[in-house]
Amino acid sequence: MTPTISAVGLTRRYREQTALDDVTVDIESGTITGLLGRNGAGKSTFMRVVTAQEFATSGTVRVFGEDPVENDAVLRRMVFVREDQVFPDFKVRHAIRAASWFYPNWDAEFAETLLADFDLPRNRAIKKLSRGMRSALSIVIGMGARAELTLLDEPYAGLDAVARQLFYDRLLADYAAHPRTVLLSTHLIDEVADLLEHVVMIDRGRIMLDAPADEVRGSAATISGPAIAVEDFVAGRRVWHRRSIGSRTSVTVAGPLDAADKARAGALHLKLEPLSLQQLMVHTSDDTTEARATA
Amino acid sequence: MLDEGTPLFVQIAEQLADDVADGTLVEGDRVPSTNELAAFYRINPATAAKGINTLIDEGLLEKRRGLGMFVAMGARERLLADRRKQFAEQYLDPMLIEAKRLGIDTDTLVSLIRGSSHITGGGTTP
Repeated sequence: MTPTISAVGLTRRYREQTALDDVTVDIESGTITGLLGRNGAGKSTFMRVVTAQEFATSGTVRVFGEDPVENDAVLRRMVFVREDQVFPDFKVRHAIRAASWFYPNWDAEFAETLLADFDLPRNRAIKKLSRGMRSALSIVIGMGARAELTLLDEPYAGLDAVARQLFYDRLLADYAAHPRTVLLSTHLIDEVADLLEHVVMIDRGRIMLDAPADEVRGSAATISGPAIAVEDFVAGRRVWHRRSIGSRTSVTVAGPLDAADKARAGALHLKLEPLSLQQLMVHTSDDTTEARATA
Repeated sequence: MLDEGTPLFVQIAEQLADDVADGTLVEGDRVPSTNELAAFYRINPATAAKGINTLIDEGLLEKRRGLGMFVAMGARERLLADRRKQFAEQYLDPMLIEAKRLGIDTDTLVSLIRGSSHITGGGTTP
Protein backbone atom coordinates (compact mmCIF):
# COMPACT_ATOMS: atom_id res chain seq x y z
CA MET A 1 0.00 0.00 0.00
CA THR A 2 1.23 3.52 -0.77
CA PRO A 3 1.91 5.40 2.44
CA THR A 4 -0.31 8.45 2.94
CA ILE A 5 2.70 10.63 3.68
CA SER A 6 6.13 9.89 2.32
CA ALA A 7 9.04 12.19 3.15
CA VAL A 8 12.51 11.68 1.73
CA GLY A 9 15.50 13.69 2.95
CA LEU A 10 13.15 16.42 4.04
CA THR A 11 15.03 19.44 5.39
CA ARG A 12 13.62 22.77 6.51
CA ARG A 13 16.08 25.48 7.49
CA TYR A 14 15.32 28.88 8.91
CA ARG A 15 18.07 31.47 9.17
CA GLU A 16 20.07 29.95 12.00
CA GLN A 17 18.06 26.90 12.79
CA THR A 18 17.45 23.57 11.15
CA ALA A 19 13.87 22.65 12.03
CA LEU A 20 13.83 19.44 9.98
CA ASP A 21 17.10 17.69 9.31
CA ASP A 22 17.09 15.08 6.54
CA VAL A 23 13.80 13.49 7.61
CA THR A 24 12.91 10.30 5.79
CA VAL A 25 9.71 8.72 7.04
CA ASP A 26 6.51 7.08 5.78
CA ILE A 27 3.16 7.50 7.51
CA GLU A 28 1.19 4.38 6.63
CA SER A 29 -2.41 4.60 5.44
CA GLY A 30 -5.15 3.81 7.90
CA THR A 31 -3.03 4.07 11.04
CA ILE A 32 -3.06 6.36 14.02
CA THR A 33 0.55 7.48 14.24
CA GLY A 34 1.95 9.49 17.10
CA LEU A 35 4.46 12.20 16.27
CA LEU A 36 6.26 12.63 19.53
CA GLY A 37 8.95 14.99 20.65
CA ARG A 38 9.77 17.97 22.80
CA ASN A 39 8.64 21.49 22.06
CA GLY A 40 10.65 22.78 19.14
CA ALA A 41 11.65 19.28 18.02
CA GLY A 42 10.17 19.82 14.55
CA LYS A 43 6.70 18.25 14.90
CA SER A 44 4.75 21.32 13.82
CA THR A 45 7.19 22.15 11.05
CA PHE A 46 6.76 18.64 9.65
CA MET A 47 2.98 19.03 9.65
CA ARG A 48 3.13 22.47 8.08
CA VAL A 49 5.34 21.17 5.28
CA VAL A 50 3.00 18.20 4.73
CA THR A 51 0.06 20.58 4.45
CA ALA A 52 2.00 22.94 2.17
CA GLN A 53 1.79 25.82 4.62
CA GLU A 54 5.57 25.87 4.59
CA PHE A 55 8.07 24.69 2.03
CA ALA A 56 10.96 22.31 2.27
CA THR A 57 14.46 23.72 1.92
CA SER A 58 15.45 20.44 0.33
CA GLY A 59 14.11 16.92 0.03
CA THR A 60 10.62 15.89 -0.97
CA VAL A 61 7.29 15.16 0.62
CA ARG A 62 4.48 13.30 -1.10
CA VAL A 63 0.92 13.10 0.20
CA PHE A 64 -1.33 10.48 -1.43
CA GLY A 65 1.60 10.08 -3.84
CA GLU A 66 1.52 13.72 -4.96
CA ASP A 67 3.26 16.98 -4.19
CA PRO A 68 0.89 18.86 -1.85
CA VAL A 69 2.11 22.34 -2.82
CA GLU A 70 -0.68 24.29 -4.55
CA ASN A 71 -2.45 21.00 -5.07
CA ASP A 72 -6.08 21.63 -4.19
CA ALA A 73 -7.13 18.03 -4.89
CA VAL A 74 -4.66 16.79 -2.26
CA LEU A 75 -5.31 19.57 0.25
CA ARG A 76 -9.05 18.88 0.34
CA ARG A 77 -8.34 15.29 1.33
CA MET A 78 -6.65 16.42 4.53
CA VAL A 79 -7.54 18.43 7.59
CA PHE A 80 -4.97 20.13 9.79
CA VAL A 81 -5.80 21.10 13.36
CA ARG A 82 -3.11 23.47 14.54
CA GLU A 83 -2.21 24.23 18.09
CA ASP A 84 -2.48 27.95 17.38
CA GLN A 85 -5.52 27.85 15.09
CA VAL A 86 -6.65 31.37 14.20
CA PHE A 87 -10.29 31.88 13.28
CA PRO A 88 -11.84 34.83 11.45
CA ASP A 89 -14.11 37.05 13.50
CA PHE A 90 -17.31 35.06 13.37
CA LYS A 91 -19.50 32.71 15.35
CA VAL A 92 -19.09 29.02 16.11
CA ARG A 93 -21.86 28.01 13.71
CA HIS A 94 -20.26 30.03 10.90
CA ALA A 95 -16.98 28.21 11.37
CA ILE A 96 -18.86 24.91 11.24
CA ARG A 97 -20.69 25.91 8.08
CA ALA A 98 -17.50 27.08 6.36
CA ALA A 99 -15.91 23.73 7.19
CA SER A 100 -18.92 21.89 5.74
CA TRP A 101 -18.34 23.64 2.41
CA PHE A 102 -14.67 22.89 2.26
CA TYR A 103 -14.39 19.25 3.31
CA PRO A 104 -15.94 16.72 0.91
CA ASN A 105 -16.52 14.07 3.63
CA TRP A 106 -17.98 16.52 6.16
CA ASP A 107 -20.50 14.84 8.49
CA ALA A 108 -22.85 17.56 9.78
CA GLU A 109 -24.66 15.28 12.19
CA PHE A 110 -21.43 14.05 13.75
CA ALA A 111 -20.18 17.65 14.06
CA GLU A 112 -23.40 18.66 15.87
CA THR A 113 -23.00 15.73 18.26
CA LEU A 114 -19.44 16.79 19.00
CA LEU A 115 -20.49 20.42 19.55
CA ALA A 116 -22.96 19.20 22.15
CA ASP A 117 -20.41 16.81 23.71
CA PHE A 118 -17.97 19.68 24.21
CA ASP A 119 -20.70 22.12 25.34
CA LEU A 120 -19.88 24.57 22.59
CA PRO A 121 -22.50 27.31 22.17
CA ARG A 122 -23.28 27.58 18.45
CA ASN A 123 -24.07 31.28 18.56
CA ARG A 124 -21.10 32.43 20.58
CA ALA A 125 -18.50 34.61 18.85
CA ILE A 126 -15.27 32.63 18.52
CA LYS A 127 -13.21 35.47 19.97
CA LYS A 128 -15.31 35.20 23.14
CA LEU A 129 -14.52 31.51 23.59
CA SER A 130 -12.02 30.38 26.21
CA ARG A 131 -8.75 28.80 25.12
CA GLY A 132 -10.12 25.33 25.83
CA MET A 133 -13.34 25.99 23.90
CA ARG A 134 -11.36 27.21 20.89
CA SER A 135 -9.35 23.99 21.02
CA ALA A 136 -12.60 22.03 21.23
CA LEU A 137 -13.94 23.84 18.17
CA SER A 138 -10.79 22.97 16.24
CA ILE A 139 -11.22 19.35 17.27
CA VAL A 140 -14.87 19.33 16.16
CA ILE A 141 -13.83 20.62 12.74
CA GLY A 142 -10.87 18.25 12.54
CA MET A 143 -13.02 15.23 13.30
CA GLY A 144 -16.18 16.32 11.48
CA ALA A 145 -14.12 16.70 8.29
CA ARG A 146 -13.51 12.93 8.27
CA ALA A 147 -10.59 13.72 6.00
CA GLU A 148 -8.57 10.80 4.68
CA LEU A 149 -5.56 12.41 6.35
CA THR A 150 -6.22 14.04 9.71
CA LEU A 151 -3.32 15.98 11.20
CA LEU A 152 -3.72 16.98 14.82
CA ASP A 153 -0.94 19.17 16.17
CA GLU A 154 -1.15 19.42 19.97
CA PRO A 155 -4.88 19.91 19.53
CA TYR A 156 -5.89 20.37 23.14
CA ALA A 157 -4.37 23.50 24.66
CA GLY A 158 -6.60 24.60 27.53
CA LEU A 159 -8.69 21.42 27.52
CA ASP A 160 -9.09 19.79 30.91
CA ALA A 161 -8.58 16.09 31.55
CA VAL A 162 -12.28 15.27 31.13
CA ALA A 163 -12.50 17.02 27.76
CA ARG A 164 -9.27 15.36 26.62
CA GLN A 165 -10.63 11.92 27.50
CA LEU A 166 -13.78 12.78 25.57
CA PHE A 167 -11.63 13.71 22.60
CA TYR A 168 -9.66 10.42 22.77
CA ASP A 169 -12.86 8.36 23.08
CA ARG A 170 -14.60 10.10 20.19
CA LEU A 171 -11.51 9.92 18.02
CA LEU A 172 -11.09 6.20 18.66
CA ALA A 173 -14.75 5.38 18.04
CA ASP A 174 -14.96 7.43 14.86
CA TYR A 175 -11.65 6.11 13.58
CA ALA A 176 -12.91 2.56 14.15
CA ALA A 177 -16.12 3.29 12.24
CA HIS A 178 -14.44 5.37 9.51
CA PRO A 179 -10.81 4.28 9.19
CA ARG A 180 -8.44 7.00 8.06
CA THR A 181 -4.87 8.13 8.53
CA VAL A 182 -4.37 10.13 11.69
CA LEU A 183 -1.12 11.86 12.61
CA LEU A 184 -1.25 13.14 16.17
CA SER A 185 1.51 15.21 17.69
CA THR A 186 1.58 15.57 21.43
CA HIS A 187 3.74 15.82 24.48
CA LEU A 188 1.08 14.21 26.68
CA ILE A 189 2.53 10.90 25.65
CA ASP A 190 1.27 8.65 28.42
CA GLU A 191 -2.29 9.78 27.71
CA VAL A 192 -2.23 8.77 24.07
CA ALA A 193 0.24 5.87 24.12
CA ASP A 194 -2.44 3.17 23.88
CA LEU A 195 -4.25 4.87 21.01
CA LEU A 196 -1.26 4.68 18.73
CA GLU A 197 -0.48 1.98 16.23
CA HIS A 198 2.79 3.52 15.16
CA VAL A 199 5.25 5.87 16.82
CA VAL A 200 7.60 8.41 15.26
CA MET A 201 9.89 10.22 17.66
CA ILE A 202 11.60 13.38 16.55
CA ASP A 203 14.32 15.34 18.30
CA ARG A 204 16.08 18.44 17.04
CA GLY A 205 14.61 17.91 13.60
CA ARG A 206 15.83 14.33 13.31
CA ILE A 207 13.88 11.09 13.43
CA MET A 208 15.03 9.19 16.51
CA LEU A 209 12.58 6.32 16.34
CA ASP A 210 10.07 5.02 13.80
CA ALA A 211 8.43 1.78 14.89
CA PRO A 212 5.14 0.01 15.63
CA ALA A 213 3.86 0.97 19.09
CA ASP A 214 3.86 -2.70 20.10
CA GLU A 215 7.59 -2.95 19.51
CA VAL A 216 8.30 0.26 21.33
CA ARG A 217 6.45 -0.92 24.38
CA GLY A 218 8.99 -2.79 26.49
CA SER A 219 11.79 -1.94 24.10
CA ALA A 220 13.78 -0.64 27.05
CA ALA A 221 13.79 -1.38 30.74
CA THR A 222 15.32 -0.17 33.95
CA ILE A 223 17.02 -2.79 36.09
CA SER A 224 17.81 -1.96 39.67
CA GLY A 225 19.32 -3.76 42.62
CA PRO A 226 22.73 -4.52 44.09
CA ALA A 227 25.36 -2.97 41.82
CA ILE A 228 27.30 -6.18 41.18
CA ALA A 229 24.24 -8.16 40.16
CA VAL A 230 22.92 -5.31 38.00
CA GLU A 231 26.22 -4.94 36.18
CA ASP A 232 26.32 -8.69 35.67
CA PHE A 233 22.82 -8.62 34.19
CA VAL A 234 23.37 -5.67 31.86
CA ALA A 235 26.77 -6.83 30.58
CA GLY A 236 26.74 -6.76 26.78
CA ARG A 237 23.57 -4.66 26.56
CA ARG A 238 23.28 -1.14 25.30
CA VAL A 239 23.18 1.07 28.37
CA TRP A 240 21.19 4.29 28.11
CA HIS A 241 21.40 5.56 31.61
CA ARG A 242 23.03 4.67 34.89
CA ARG A 243 22.35 5.92 38.39
CA SER A 244 23.79 4.75 41.66
CA ILE A 245 23.24 5.29 45.34
CA GLY A 246 25.53 3.47 47.75
CA SER A 247 25.78 -0.14 46.65
CA ARG A 248 22.57 0.01 44.62
CA THR A 249 22.50 0.77 40.93
CA SER A 250 19.74 1.48 38.48
CA VAL A 251 20.55 0.97 34.82
CA THR A 252 18.35 1.60 31.79
CA VAL A 253 19.12 -0.68 28.88
CA ALA A 254 17.75 -1.14 25.40
CA GLY A 255 15.54 -4.24 25.32
CA PRO A 256 13.68 -6.29 24.55
CA LEU A 257 13.79 -8.53 27.59
CA ASP A 258 12.31 -11.98 27.18
CA ALA A 259 10.88 -14.42 29.71
CA ALA A 260 14.32 -15.93 30.34
CA ASP A 261 15.73 -12.49 31.12
CA LYS A 262 12.86 -11.86 33.50
CA ALA A 263 13.44 -15.18 35.24
CA ARG A 264 17.14 -14.40 35.54
CA ALA A 265 16.40 -10.96 36.97
CA GLY A 266 14.14 -12.63 39.52
CA ALA A 267 16.82 -15.13 40.47
CA LEU A 268 19.33 -12.28 40.92
CA HIS A 269 16.79 -10.34 43.09
CA LEU A 270 16.70 -7.52 40.57
CA LYS A 271 13.80 -5.19 40.01
CA LEU A 272 12.83 -4.89 36.38
CA GLU A 273 10.67 -2.03 35.13
CA PRO A 274 9.80 -1.54 31.47
CA LEU A 275 9.98 2.04 30.24
CA SER A 276 6.78 3.79 29.28
CA LEU A 277 6.66 5.56 25.94
CA GLN A 278 7.03 8.86 27.76
CA GLN A 279 10.09 7.74 29.73
CA LEU A 280 11.52 6.38 26.51
CA MET A 281 11.17 9.78 24.88
CA VAL A 282 12.84 11.48 27.83
CA HIS A 283 15.79 9.12 27.47
CA THR A 284 15.89 9.50 23.70
CA SER A 285 16.08 13.27 23.89
CA ASP A 286 18.26 13.55 26.96
CA ASP A 287 21.83 14.67 26.32
CA THR A 288 23.14 13.37 29.60
CA THR A 289 22.40 9.75 28.81
CA GLU A 290 24.99 7.50 27.30
CA ALA A 291 22.68 6.95 24.31
CA ARG A 292 24.53 9.25 21.99
CA ALA A 293 27.91 7.81 22.84
CA THR A 294 26.79 4.23 22.26
CA ALA A 295 24.18 4.73 19.55
CA MET B 1 -5.51 -2.43 34.26
CA LEU B 2 -3.15 -2.53 31.30
CA ASP B 3 0.50 -2.50 32.25
CA GLU B 4 3.70 -1.38 30.58
CA GLY B 5 6.14 -3.80 29.11
CA THR B 6 3.81 -6.52 27.92
CA PRO B 7 2.54 -5.76 24.42
CA LEU B 8 -1.06 -4.55 24.60
CA PHE B 9 -2.34 -7.14 22.15
CA VAL B 10 -0.90 -9.91 24.35
CA GLN B 11 -2.72 -8.44 27.35
CA ILE B 12 -5.99 -8.31 25.43
CA ALA B 13 -5.53 -11.94 24.38
CA GLU B 14 -4.66 -12.98 27.95
CA GLN B 15 -7.71 -11.29 29.44
CA LEU B 16 -10.06 -12.94 26.96
CA ALA B 17 -8.33 -16.27 27.57
CA ASP B 18 -8.78 -15.74 31.33
CA ASP B 19 -12.49 -15.18 30.75
CA VAL B 20 -12.67 -18.45 28.85
CA ALA B 21 -10.63 -20.28 31.50
CA ASP B 22 -12.83 -19.18 34.42
CA GLY B 23 -16.06 -19.67 32.51
CA THR B 24 -17.06 -16.01 32.18
CA LEU B 25 -17.15 -16.72 28.46
CA VAL B 26 -18.43 -20.17 27.59
CA GLU B 27 -18.12 -22.08 24.36
CA GLY B 28 -20.33 -20.62 21.67
CA ASP B 29 -20.50 -17.20 23.37
CA ARG B 30 -19.94 -14.16 21.20
CA VAL B 31 -16.85 -12.23 22.29
CA PRO B 32 -16.66 -8.43 22.04
CA SER B 33 -15.77 -7.07 18.61
CA THR B 34 -12.48 -5.39 17.85
CA ASN B 35 -14.13 -1.98 18.00
CA GLU B 36 -15.90 -2.76 21.26
CA LEU B 37 -12.62 -3.88 22.82
CA ALA B 38 -10.85 -0.80 21.46
CA ALA B 39 -13.47 1.51 22.94
CA PHE B 40 -13.54 -0.29 26.29
CA TYR B 41 -9.79 -0.53 26.84
CA ARG B 42 -9.16 2.77 25.03
CA ILE B 43 -6.67 1.23 22.68
CA ASN B 44 -6.06 1.27 18.95
CA PRO B 45 -8.50 -1.02 17.08
CA ALA B 46 -5.57 -2.60 15.21
CA THR B 47 -4.10 -3.62 18.57
CA ALA B 48 -7.40 -5.17 19.67
CA ALA B 49 -7.62 -7.02 16.34
CA LYS B 50 -4.12 -8.40 16.85
CA GLY B 51 -5.16 -9.73 20.28
CA ILE B 52 -8.24 -11.40 18.82
CA ASN B 53 -6.21 -12.88 15.96
CA THR B 54 -3.77 -14.42 18.42
CA LEU B 55 -6.66 -16.36 19.95
CA ILE B 56 -8.01 -17.35 16.54
CA ASP B 57 -4.57 -18.71 15.63
CA GLU B 58 -4.57 -20.70 18.87
CA GLY B 59 -7.99 -22.07 17.96
CA LEU B 60 -9.69 -20.59 21.04
CA LEU B 61 -11.91 -18.26 19.04
CA GLU B 62 -13.56 -18.74 15.69
CA LYS B 63 -14.82 -16.21 13.22
CA ARG B 64 -18.35 -16.63 11.90
CA ARG B 65 -18.76 -14.60 8.79
CA GLY B 66 -21.06 -11.63 9.29
CA LEU B 67 -21.82 -12.57 12.90
CA GLY B 68 -18.60 -11.90 14.77
CA MET B 69 -16.18 -13.80 16.95
CA PHE B 70 -17.17 -16.76 19.10
CA VAL B 71 -15.54 -19.01 21.68
CA ALA B 72 -14.59 -22.23 19.89
CA MET B 73 -15.75 -25.67 20.98
CA GLY B 74 -13.27 -27.33 23.33
CA ALA B 75 -11.53 -23.99 23.91
CA ARG B 76 -11.68 -24.18 27.68
CA GLU B 77 -10.35 -27.73 27.91
CA ARG B 78 -7.44 -26.93 25.63
CA LEU B 79 -6.66 -23.73 27.51
CA LEU B 80 -6.68 -25.48 30.87
CA ALA B 81 -4.46 -28.27 29.54
CA ASP B 82 -1.94 -25.69 28.30
CA ARG B 83 -2.00 -23.80 31.55
CA ARG B 84 -1.48 -26.96 33.61
CA LYS B 85 1.63 -27.60 31.56
CA GLN B 86 2.90 -24.10 32.29
CA PHE B 87 1.98 -24.22 35.97
CA ALA B 88 5.32 -25.56 37.21
CA GLU B 89 7.33 -23.04 35.27
CA GLN B 90 5.19 -20.04 36.06
CA TYR B 91 4.26 -20.63 39.68
CA LEU B 92 6.17 -23.54 41.20
CA ASP B 93 9.68 -22.63 40.12
CA PRO B 94 9.59 -19.04 41.41
CA MET B 95 8.12 -20.32 44.69
CA LEU B 96 10.84 -22.95 45.09
CA ILE B 97 13.54 -20.37 44.36
CA GLU B 98 12.17 -18.02 47.03
CA ALA B 99 11.73 -20.91 49.48
CA LYS B 100 15.37 -21.88 49.01
CA ARG B 101 16.45 -18.29 49.55
CA LEU B 102 14.51 -18.21 52.83
CA GLY B 103 15.73 -21.62 53.94
CA ILE B 104 12.29 -23.24 53.84
CA ASP B 105 12.72 -26.96 53.20
CA THR B 106 10.36 -29.12 51.17
CA ASP B 107 8.53 -30.59 54.19
CA THR B 108 7.83 -27.14 55.61
CA LEU B 109 6.68 -26.02 52.18
CA VAL B 110 4.27 -28.93 51.86
CA SER B 111 2.79 -28.23 55.28
CA LEU B 112 2.45 -24.55 54.35
CA ILE B 113 0.52 -25.55 51.26
CA ARG B 114 -1.72 -27.83 53.31
CA GLY B 115 -2.27 -25.01 55.80
CA SER B 116 -3.29 -22.62 53.01
CA SER B 117 -5.83 -24.95 51.50
CA HIS B 118 -8.64 -22.83 53.01
CA ILE B 119 -8.03 -20.40 50.11
CA THR B 120 -9.31 -22.87 47.56
CA GLY B 121 -11.77 -24.51 49.94
CA GLY B 122 -10.13 -27.85 49.25
CA GLY B 123 -9.43 -30.58 51.81
CA THR B 124 -6.09 -31.27 53.42
CA THR B 125 -5.80 -34.76 52.04
CA PRO B 126 -4.73 -35.32 48.48
